Amino acid sequence: MLTPPITSRDHVTGNQQGSTEIVEYGDFQCPYCGEAFGVVRGLLQALGDVKFVFRHFPLSESHEFAMDAAIAAEAAARQQQFWPMHDALYQHQQELSDELFTELAQQLQLDLERFREDMQDNSLVSKVEADFESGIRSGVNGTPTFFINGKRFNGDYRNLLAVVRH
Amino acid sequence: MLQKGDKAPDFTLAASPDKTVSLSELRGKNVILAFYPADWSPVCTDQMALYNETLRFFERHNAVLLGISVDGKWCHQAFAKDRNLHFDLLADFEPKGAVSRQYGVYKDGESQRALFVIDDQGVIQWSYLSPIGENPGADGILQALETVNATA
Repeated sequence: MLTPPITSRDHVTGNQQGSTEIVEYGDFQCPYCGEAFGVVRGLLQALGDVKFVFRHFPLSESHEFAMDAAIAAEAAARQQQFWPMHDALYQHQQELSDELFTELAQQLQLDLERFREDMQDNSLVSKVEADFESGIRSGVNGTPTFFINGKRFNGDYRNLLAVVRH
Repeated sequence: MLQKGDKAPDFTLAASPDKTVSLSELRGKNVILAFYPADWSPVCTDQMALYNETLRFFERHNAVLLGISVDGKWCHQAFAKDRNLHFDLLADFEPKGAVSRQYGVYKDGESQRALFVIDDQGVIQWSYLSPIGENPGADGILQALETVNATA
């Protein structure tokens, strides 16, 4: 079961009042998460009744830029641009680097000075780590892992749309 | 399979070509034993990668993680290096599976996918046998460690 359930500190997109709640634990450098990004985007376009939450689960030992990418998304969130940054990171997954984070921040017209400061802010590291720990608690074993209405989805994420539709 | 309340059998196994680890050396710490079938196999690789990321949470509970399989020390060394693992993988290689047998988790030539949490006095406080093809994750381990610390 999802622990803790969706709270106000989560990043939510889709229909805020949606009756189906999907939570993804993801890593911006994980290729399967990159693939799942397309699946989720299609799902949100197809279904108007889904509330979607992204939580960080960076596998830092395997993926060099996973942690920094998560922090970049959180830094963008401080300027209300979490989802645009989330999307941009997946769209540029092959090119992740420190330079890219700044470039994307620029494209999203963020206050760069503030973005750079926030990238160094330890409280953002703590936030990402809290997400990771909640993933461990919830029984996340790898990425991406999805929860549908609080329950871990053990099937293939490529079938997510069909599963949610039924 | 040994259960909660059983005394954890002591053992000494090679952790690398030039290092051995004995369970009794770790008295005073909680120990997590993660038996698994084989280096490099997909589920085991994911499981060990997950624990590698979770080490800092185990350490908060004064716990040391040891992976154990029947693979040899050179195989372990190559696997650990390739995956950047920061914990010891022990070789239950000769006599094959001797320690896995002591813990009751040896079958068909391999260690089964089994977890044990042993307290600082060397007593098993939690054990779990996972289906062979299923990554058991780390949530059960963390819950067990919390219980151990609460009663200690």
